[in-house]
Amino acid sequence: MSAAERLREHEKRDIRNRWLLSAPALLIILFAATGPLLIVLAYSFLTPGQYGDVEWKLSGEAWTSVFLERDIFDDTLSLADAHVTIFWRSVKLALMTTAATLILGFPTAYFIATRPENKRDLWLFLITIPFWTNLLIRTFAVLQIIRNEGIFNTVLIKLGIVDAPLQILFTDTAIMLGMVYVYLPLMVLPIYASMEKLDFRLLEAGYDLYATRFAVLRRIIFPLVKPGVIAGSILVFIPAIGSYVAPSVLGGGKNMMLANLIELQFGQGRNWPLGAALSIAVMVIVMIALLLYVRNAGTAETRHG
Amino acid sequence: MADRFSVRHQPGFTAIAATCFVLLYFPIVVLVVYAFNAATSTSAWGGLSLKWFVSAWNNDAVIEASIRSLQIGAVAAVLSTAVATMAALATTRTPPYPGLTFKYAAINQPLMVPEIVTGVALLIFFSRIKIFTGYTGLGYLIAAHTAFCIPFAYLPIRARLETMDLTLERAAADLYATPWKTFRRVTLPLLWPAILAGLMLAFVISLDDVVITEFVKSGGQDTLPTYMLGQIRRGITPEINAISTVFLLLSVAIVTLFFFMSRKRE
Amino acid sequence: MPEKPDRNAIEVRNVSKIFGSGDARFAALDRVSVNIRENEFFTLLGPSGCGKTTLLRLIAGFDFPTEGEILLYGDDIAPLPPFKRPVNTVFQSYALFPHMTVAENIGFGLEMLGKPKAEVEARVAQMLKLVRMEQLAGRRTSQISGGQQQRVALARALAPQPKVLLLDEPLSALDYKLRKDMQIELKTLQLETGITFIFVTHDQEEALTMSDRIAVMSAGKILQVGSPRDIYDRPAERFVADFIGESNFLPASVVSTAGNLATVRLASGAEIPASLPDGFAPKGNVSIVIRPEHAQLSRPEGAALAGTVENVVYLGTDTHFHLRLDSGEPFIVRRQNARGHTDRFAAGSQVGLLIPADSAQILKD
Repeated sequence: MSAAERLREHEKRDIRNRWLLSAPALLIILFAATGPLLIVLAYSFLTPGQYGDVEWKLSGEAWTSVFLERDIFDDTLSLADAHVTIFWRSVKLALMTTAATLILGFPTAYFIATRPENKRDLWLFLITIPFWTNLLIRTFAVLQIIRNEGIFNTVLIKLGIVDAPLQILFTDTAIMLGMVYVYLPLMVLPIYASMEKLDFRLLEAGYDLYATRFAVLRRIIFPLVKPGVIAGSILVFIPAIGSYVAPSVLGGGKNMMLANLIELQFGQGRNWPLGAALSIAVMVIVMIALLLYVRNAGTAETRHG
Repeated sequence: MADRFSVRHQPGFTAIAATCFVLLYFPIVVLVVYAFNAATSTSAWGGLSLKWFVSAWNNDAVIEASIRSLQIGAVAAVLSTAVATMAALATTRTPPYPGLTFKYAAINQPLMVPEIVTGVALLIFFSRIKIFTGYTGLGYLIAAHTAFCIPFAYLPIRARLETMDLTLERAAADLYATPWKTFRRVTLPLLWPAILAGLMLAFVISLDDVVITEFVKSGGQDTLPTYMLGQIRRGITPEINAISTVFLLLSVAIVTLFFFMSRKRE
Repeated sequence: MPEKPDRNAIEVRNVSKIFGSGDARFAALDRVSVNIRENEFFTLLGPSGCGKTTLLRLIAGFDFPTEGEILLYGDDIAPLPPFKRPVNTVFQSYALFPHMTVAENIGFGLEMLGKPKAEVEARVAQMLKLVRMEQLAGRRTSQISGGQQQRVALARALAPQPKVLLLDEPLSALDYKLRKDMQIELKTLQLETGITFIFVTHDQEEALTMSDRIAVMSAGKILQVGSPRDIYDRPAERFVADFIGESNFLPASVVSTAGNLATVRLASGAEIPASLPDGFAPKGNVSIVIRPEHAQLSRPEGAALAGTVENVVYLGTDTHFHLRLDSGEPFIVRRQNARGHTDRFAAGSQVGLLIPADSAQILKD
């Protein structure tokens, strides 16, 4: 075997070994995560069965039902108000949650990044703990506080600010509060990661050149941490749009978001194809968001870490 | 000292940050406090009591769900970490080769899809398999959990591998260690803390899961979170507070352990 | 130095190592051939990027040549992976296993070879004694100093008694005094153990001090192989002359050649003898090199070259005279300071240069 052949042989063997090593992970994910997505796509083109599941008959009904509904009597298509409301609520709440977590999270990340080095770990630890606490428990905790008999209302009544408890629970506001509470660490951590790399001497240069504090924030700090901001926004928006626990627990089933609507199709609604189509719709929204992220992240490192 | 100009100061930021920290912990603190509330109603305070903890302990459904959570968590954590370790070894410390970015994307894919979508997908997929094989055991839940735990176990292991250049492994090979011996005597010991970190991460993630488990489970296969979800939907009992508190303590303990382990290594 | 009649431990035959392709094609090694004899202290010398470390890695087995072959005692080494080659490496970064003690590190190779525990322990003790580290046997390698780490790395590589020991700039991280001490130790070690040492460095003084033979490398090629004396006195190429020691380069034209000697005419008109590199028989214009310590200052009349002293630099042991020759080139002369020497050659004075026989060397390029 010539030297060149031996070299190629060695490289090929190395790559083959790496494929073998990564195969189990890829297979499991293919089987229990990615593969099923294709099945969802397929199901969205089938007909709902009598008692759930599907009949193997192709139909575009599911897709039209996403936004439109057929009049029972004259078969005309009109806008399905209920569905549109739910879509709108989901997008709206997800965007508002992203904005709220940004407004709250940005200063928090900044605060942590400006602590002395040896204390920073502690602050990060404090932010991370709620993050690892169960989503359901945290949402439940919010429920306990904002319900009519909860602490918030009790204090307000005791202080005489209101006479009767404010109905916060089972409103859109409640859902948003829950989502902001739960997703806040997801916004803080990526922004912190960007801020940690910030060279604070650039701020000194800005002040030296007559910039006001706000100008420094707007023209120096913000542009430099933009990758973190965008990453955080994506990390909040994606789970928010598909959020299930918050609307279930805090919305009481009346203020449905997309996830609840989807669940309905697999329960009482008995319309699996519609459920599948709605899931794909959620994926599409997520994909669009991801595309925007990738385009904006641009030259920044797209590696995960 | 009073009016020294601080380059880093931004007006209001510290106040907002402080508020955030308080707001983050406030609901949890309230929850824990109420777990010890003797009164049944959650708006009045009836003195300290452990009775909700006792009643939760005596609640068969709670115990059963907890055990199931721990079982699934343990198996999924071990499987996903083992598999993630192999995948991390395969995707680090190498010049780019065809398929590398694909693998990367594939391994991290569960992070990019909302849980509702994955839940639905698995519901559909597994229901087909159920009809086909008649199997309705915990296998589906374990498979689902393992899958979404993989990226979480992968992260710390990969991060650690990237800091370990190949020189040490080369030295071992130079000293007559076969590839397997090199892995066992050099790579593995040095990688071990990261593997443990991945294990703990995966375990916590599995314990915490609500949505995917809710969709994939068959009747009677409640995990602790899905049991709690069911209870909350029906109405609030202080028992939930007690269960939550214990769950919280467990998560905090694991994360604290993780945190101190990584600090020690520095 | 008498010729060693031993066999070749390593033969490198026409080895190339090429990275990339097309525009980005980079030859780290370009058709390199050299024979390294057993029991010798052989040095690969060159600036960074010249390919010396690459060649070492090919011999160790961490990389494969794109072309050519490498033989160990006559057998092609290519089919053997690094853990099967009886060749051990002392890495530049030492690469000590941080999770093992000093003793465990040193015994690692023997353990991997499956030697019985008693034998491993005995050998480790022997090695510890050799590098004078007995006290530190149980320490973690992160807790010892740089110099000590270096000795552990050495002991670890010697313990399995390899046929060939590769050393990749092992002394570059040490401070000056330690470095000097280690150079002597390494040389002694090589003589005592009789193992073939292949040593890589960019420090020409180090190479001259320790080596039996040196290969000077640049840009992936071996320019010259020879004993330190050969390389220093008779550099074959400009790069070699420049890289090792200081040089004075002068243009000249060949008048006549006879075997290894030639007569050349300098710009001043004088004709002097000059040595020829092996197998080189030029005609016409050439470059010659003269070492600063070989030329002698004298009165301008009757000297081979003449010029003006621009600068006199006193350096304790020597004095350097920076001259500008009448023909325009700069020239440095180095002279040891003897007691009671008065200086006749102050700055500004006109001087002449005598070029003794055997001082001038013709370069190939």
